[in-house]
Amino acid sequence: MTLVQAASLLRTRQISAQELTTAFLERIQRLNPILNAFITVDHDGAMQAAKEADVRLNNGTATPMTGIPIGVKDLFCTENLTTTCGSKMLAQFRPPYESTVTRKLKEAGAVILGKTNMDEFAMGSSNETSFFGPVKNPWDISRIPGGSSGGSAAALAAQLALATIGSDTGGSIRQPAALTGITGLKPTYGRVSRSGMIAFASSLDQAGPMAWSAADAAMVLHTIAGYDPLDSTSIQADVPDYVNALATRMDGIRIGIPTEYRPDNLNAEIQKALTEAEQTFRDLGASLVPISLPHTRYAIPTYYIIAPAEASSNLARYDGIRFGYRCDDPKDLKDMYTRSRNEGFGAEVKRRIMLGTYVLSSGYYDAYYRKAQKVRRLIAHDFHQAFQHVDLILTPTTPTTAFPLGDKIDDPIAMYLSDLFTISVNLAGLPAMSIPCGADQLGLPIGMQMIAPILKEDKLLSAAHAFQTATPWHQRKPEP
Amino acid sequence: MSHDPLYEMVIGLEVHAQMRTRSKIFCGCSTTFGAEANTQICPVCAAFPGVLPVLNTELVQMAIKTGLAIHGKIREKSEFSRKNYFYPDLPAGYQISQFELPIIEQGELTIERDDGSHKRIGITRIHMEVDAGKSLHEGIQGASWIDLNRTGTPLLEIVSEPDLSTPQEAGAYLKKLRAILRYLQVCDGNMEEGSLRCDANVSVRRHGHTKLGTRTELKNLNSIRNVMRAIEYEANRQIDVLESGGSIVQETRLWDANVNTSRPMRNKEEAHDYRYFPEPDLPPLVITQQRIDAVAQHLPELPDAKGQRFIRELGLSEYDAGVLTATREMAMFFEASVQQGAHPKTAANWISVELLGRLNRENLEIEQSKVSPNHLGRLITLIQNNEISGKIAKQVFDIMFETGANPETIVQEHGLKQVSDTGAIESIIAQVLADNPQQVQQYREGKTKVIGFLVGQVMKATQGKANPTAVNAILQDKLTG
Ligand SMILES: [Zn+2]
Repeated sequence: MTLVQAASLLRTRQISAQELTTAFLERIQRLNPILNAFITVDHDGAMQAAKEADVRLNNGTATPMTGIPIGVKDLFCTENLTTTCGSKMLAQFRPPYESTVTRKLKEAGAVILGKTNMDEFAMGSSNETSFFGPVKNPWDISRIPGGSSGGSAAALAAQLALATIGSDTGGSIRQPAALTGITGLKPTYGRVSRSGMIAFASSLDQAGPMAWSAADAAMVLHTIAGYDPLDSTSIQADVPDYVNALATRMDGIRIGIPTEYRPDNLNAEIQKALTEAEQTFRDLGASLVPISLPHTRYAIPTYYIIAPAEASSNLARYDGIRFGYRCDDPKDLKDMYTRSRNEGFGAEVKRRIMLGTYVLSSGYYDAYYRKAQKVRRLIAHDFHQAFQHVDLILTPTTPTTAFPLGDKIDDPIAMYLSDLFTISVNLAGLPAMSIPCGADQLGLPIGMQMIAPILKEDKLLSAAHAFQTATPWHQRKPEP
Repeated sequence: MSHDPLYEMVIGLEVHAQMRTRSKIFCGCSTTFGAEANTQICPVCAAFPGVLPVLNTELVQMAIKTGLAIHGKIREKSEFSRKNYFYPDLPAGYQISQFELPIIEQGELTIERDDGSHKRIGITRIHMEVDAGKSLHEGIQGASWIDLNRTGTPLLEIVSEPDLSTPQEAGAYLKKLRAILRYLQVCDGNMEEGSLRCDANVSVRRHGHTKLGTRTELKNLNSIRNVMRAIEYEANRQIDVLESGGSIVQETRLWDANVNTSRPMRNKEEAHDYRYFPEPDLPPLVITQQRIDAVAQHLPELPDAKGQRFIRELGLSEYDAGVLTATREMAMFFEASVQQGAHPKTAANWISVELLGRLNRENLEIEQSKVSPNHLGRLITLIQNNEISGKIAKQVFDIMFETGANPETIVQEHGLKQVSDTGAIESIIAQVLADNPQQVQQYREGKTKVIGFLVGQVMKATQGKANPTAVNAILQDKLTG
């Protein structure tokens, strides 16, 4: 059942929000011990929200999201509901405020089932850095679901929710979406408010929907998008009706195929799936245009300077004083800082804080951070140039399908390369989607990425919808 | 000056001025001073996870005002940066400040030196930043308390060029800057309470040398007097070091006003690599020319312009104009008195001599004066209308200063009204002439100086209330008639 279908059943009162929520809570109770997709399940809060949703569905004040059971990545602050960010540091943190994203979802009547697992502070590509343990891929529980929104992806793939909310700093929505066979959308930087979303790298972080289809994603995006006076980096632009903009044909649409995203050593099955997808787009009326994004190869080093630099500063507030983990019996202030942070943060977080502190330190700033900002502008310029000639860009989402748990956790560089195809988009602030487009020999999902110009989420969703109307890949589900 | 005449001082000042915005720089919390600890805070002040700063536009207006007042360049695009360091009263672990692109650059102000000459002092930059909280170390042994009320209070940091050459110039610069900030009503300028803070960079060099000496930074200067003393002390210390063959260590020194000396801060207190980088939570601040023009239209008249106008239009001396524009309150007092009909020069005199004299003796500010400008203006009007004499006016003023009562009531209640009624004066004169036949005789014999004695007798008989001009005229008339 998709979100759109469920919304229709709710609206026609063929099912109540409480029945729907109960069904999902039961499924979570059964499958979450295996998958570890949720860190917190808010049984009482969900049932209360479902009850209120039923009132609205009966009195005509419902929105299309009213009564829809969803999961929210555990870095969106939810008032009085534990928000851990996947870290020991915040294991007991109950925010006294609500993130804009969850406030909008609640106002629309969505039912938040719980908070989904994630890499600690969203730093990771496999969901293995979570303090609350790794998430398992529902397609093969010996494999990772991708990260950092691994819990949101796995929860959706295992049908533990009708939609989930993730966040994407370097691919954290798109990469797990690809590895779990779902649809994930990273909106334009500033399209969705960051207020109340715990920061990893402020200039790259962006919240977005993960769903079963482009049509479902369109509904969720419509609910959470928009300017927010609490986030000065949010964009002051109207939110279009994404659902109405969905089309089934792509006549006249020009799709750019960047040569830099088809390395010779690309996994053959992924290569094959992309080639088939290209043919589907041609059949839908689109034309394919080879393009070049020449600065692509600098994206990973650029990202691993900017993101850790911002993170090292964003994470300074976790000092054990006002909230969060504090070490036992601190000797003095320095001891409290050092031990609280040393014991409260995991290895990957500490690695990135050190990296970020290093690249910002005096004597290195110009060589690293300033240079990275310049390259970042060049990467954005590449896309700007390309979009003079094409409407969308098509690439693989990931270089491989889901890899086994433990495979790369001790090899940071190999892990960082998982985001090879997704990182440039964050550096350029563009909207991009991953949608399923095939499966490998083991039946593991393959995802493809579509990238659009700033604020062209409607074009992106429309193309994805046309593709999903013509192909069955998004309907494949793992064995229960 | 006590320092070695072979050397000259090179002084630059960094002033932190707390802006009087209603709410804090990045959240809606109140900025009121003196509230109970941690009552004016929110998740933004306390840097909770996920919360974001939103820039207070009132602060931007104030910064533009200040920039215009010091003839600075207001950048079309300025940028906030993070200054990273760990300290318990800095909840985010970084201070949001402006680093590479400050809102204002290249300003200046003019100071008057002790010899009356003027000197232009460059202002390198003004930038906006956030104040930190306060660590309170008293109370329980081994514990510290953090009050975050001040966290998020907006500051302007105003950095001068090293154009100041004496402690006196530094004092004059601070007074002028404080006056401008107060005229603009953007800052209380209270150094004791910390709403205006000043650090001084001091170096010395031999006269004629162009290369700057190694400088030291002086902190903890909580009054203009301390700024001047600390600079004097530091310059002498540096000269002593150089004269004894040593060299100056670049360091930060804390002034101790109790013993009038400074000591170096421990290295631990200052060894920071702040790792500045552009604040990603705030987009660059863009200020249009229209916005600057709109602020400029509502800029109040500033001390220099006001002083010039007092000289040009009201005929004050340069000295009086300087005294009366030294603070916004003084100028307002003067202008309100004149508005009551007091002659400007007379009002200037009364304020700078009588009022300021009394206030200084009692250690009061003009805002604390019980004599209102309205009452002072009316007192001067009474003199101008010959209703009281200047001498009586001083008696009335004394009562006004003590009680705050209005001059007319005082004159009424104490029966001090001047008698100009010729009939009444004539009968008193007749009595005086009758009582002093000897003096009348002397006058008529040509000893006309004796009239002074007779006037005195009349004034005595009227307890000083008779109009002396009228008394003189009538007396002469009677004596020669
Ligand atoms: Zn606040």
